[in-house]
Amino acid sequence: MTTQPSPASEYGARLRAWDWRRALSPTGNFGDALFRASLFCCALLLVVLVGAMFVEIGSSARLSLARFGFPFLTGRTWNPIQGEFGALPFIYGTVVSSLLALLIAVPVSLGIAVFLVEQAPRRLSRPLGFVIELLAAIPSVVYGLWGIFVLAPTLREHVEPPLQRAFGWLPFFHGTITGIGLFTGGCILAIMVTPIITAVVRDVLAAVPVSQREAALALGATKWETTRIVLANGAPGIAGAIILGLGRAVGETMAVTMVIGNRPEISASVFEPSYTIASVIANEFTEATGDLYLSALIELGLVLFLVTFIINGAARLLVWSVTRGTSGIARA
Amino acid sequence: MTSKQDISRVGRRAVNTLIRTLTAACAFLGVAVLLLILGYIAWRGVSSLSLQFLTDTPKPVGEGGGIGNAILGTLILLALASVIGLPVGIAAGVYLAEFGRGWFAGVVRFISDTLTGIPSIVTGVFVYTLIVLPMRQFSALAGGVALAVIMIPIVTRTTEEMLRLVPTSLREGALALGAPQWRVTTGVILPAAASGIATGAMLAVARVSGETAPLLFTAFGSRFFNVYLDQPMASLTVQIFNYAISPYDEWHAQAWAATLVLMTLILVINVAVRFFTRKKF
Repeated sequence: MTTQPSPASEYGARLRAWDWRRALSPTGNFGDALFRASLFCCALLLVVLVGAMFVEIGSSARLSLARFGFPFLTGRTWNPIQGEFGALPFIYGTVVSSLLALLIAVPVSLGIAVFLVEQAPRRLSRPLGFVIELLAAIPSVVYGLWGIFVLAPTLREHVEPPLQRAFGWLPFFHGTITGIGLFTGGCILAIMVTPIITAVVRDVLAAVPVSQREAALALGATKWETTRIVLANGAPGIAGAIILGLGRAVGETMAVTMVIGNRPEISASVFEPSYTIASVIANEFTEATGDLYLSALIELGLVLFLVTFIINGAARLLVWSVTRGTSGIARA
Repeated sequence: MTSKQDISRVGRRAVNTLIRTLTAACAFLGVAVLLLILGYIAWRGVSSLSLQFLTDTPKPVGEGGGIGNAILGTLILLALASVIGLPVGIAAGVYLAEFGRGWFAGVVRFISDTLTGIPSIVTGVFVYTLIVLPMRQFSALAGGVALAVIMIPIVTRTTEEMLRLVPTSLREGALALGAPQWRVTTGVILPAAASGIATGAMLAVARVSGETAPLLFTAFGSRFFNVYLDQPMASLTVQIFNYAISPYDEWHAQAWAATLVLMTLILVINVAVRFFTRKKF
């Protein structure tokens, strides 16, 4: 006669047979288990951090989220005194200044990266690469200082007047030239994202197998024709690099704040002052009187967080698809 | 027939040369901009630099004043950020390098790479809601935490990369001698990668030393010497920002001098790191 073991006793037996140490560490060493568990906690902290950011910022913005809802993003008026909070002028300023930056930075960055990886002799390429990387080491506030006192006057005297004379019939180049506005903001951003795009494109080009180049050269292609094949092979990674630069431009704060003019208006001309999401947070956060005002600013922070998270996530996946996760992305 | 081929070859050569010139021009444009910026900082900064400027506290316009408290504040904030950020970042990096094969490690890698791209002003808003609101005042602690949040993902990824450079044979050798995994990692692998991890840490410190946005509403700034972590604290970057947007020429000059001090700190770290890791990259 056989008796079926009751579910409860079976569970107890399993529990006794369960080797905790072995479950935590394959080697069954208590020190290993402890070591691995504590390292795991630190790694987990990174994930928790992103979750906490989302929850904290989201919950602090709930007043504004509940009051304005989706029209917050499409409102054209930002008047804290009247209690009107519309984010559209900031979104416009952020998008236009970032696109202007990419317009200038992408060709230059691609040129630099191609020169460093494909053209320059190795002896020149390494120090040159380091010098370009140093551009990324200059703090944002220093770019801003230089932007106010050097770049803005230079653009006002020597660049914007000829542009207006040549293309003044376009609405983008109307208006008074002050040197402070979207155009200057875009230029300073271009300088700042160039080293970032360059660094990632360099890694991407370096990850394209040498055999591709050898095959093209063996068929009689010139250096440039070979480079075109390399560029085509690295295309997803290059797209990732550009999106990464976009993410940086969108979130860049201090330098833009110092040269863009900080006026929440939407105008077609790139010579007019504008305002970005990051700048309005930097400028008005400590002066925000009233819970709704602060909450509206925090909601702008939430928008910036979500947008840059998506942009960066997409960019990383594209770059990884070429470099297989081994690139020196921490540098960028 | 032959002449047609010749023409096309000349054309292709010309395009090749043109591209070579253009890409070289791009590279030298980059270098030129860097030199212009650094040169201008040195030229403008050096004229206001003096011992008194480096040790004094800020004064009203017309009375001189200096950046002594800002230098001290920046050093304290960096130390605080390192104490919080480096252990966590290095531990997470060790986890990724030594145990990072499953899907969870993939998620951590993705999150940490994505975190490095989150604007620092967002980190500032996060730490404001996390620490400043409950404490009801700006504090050095909040500033240090904000900088630490920025440091952690950078340190994590550089640590992982450095550990991956350690040859597998070293791990296998230590394990074959009967050492448990934790002894292998702490006693053999970490010392072998120590210089690499240290340079990664220094680069992270250099990176956050230039941060302004996350300090604006965490550490906030102060016009006095302060060493208390629950009080607002001055920093070089916030001081530069406040002086740069002021309408006074004297403060502009001081902003340039403070920038020279900050840039010296950052460039020294970067060049030193480059010098010490020359062989590895």
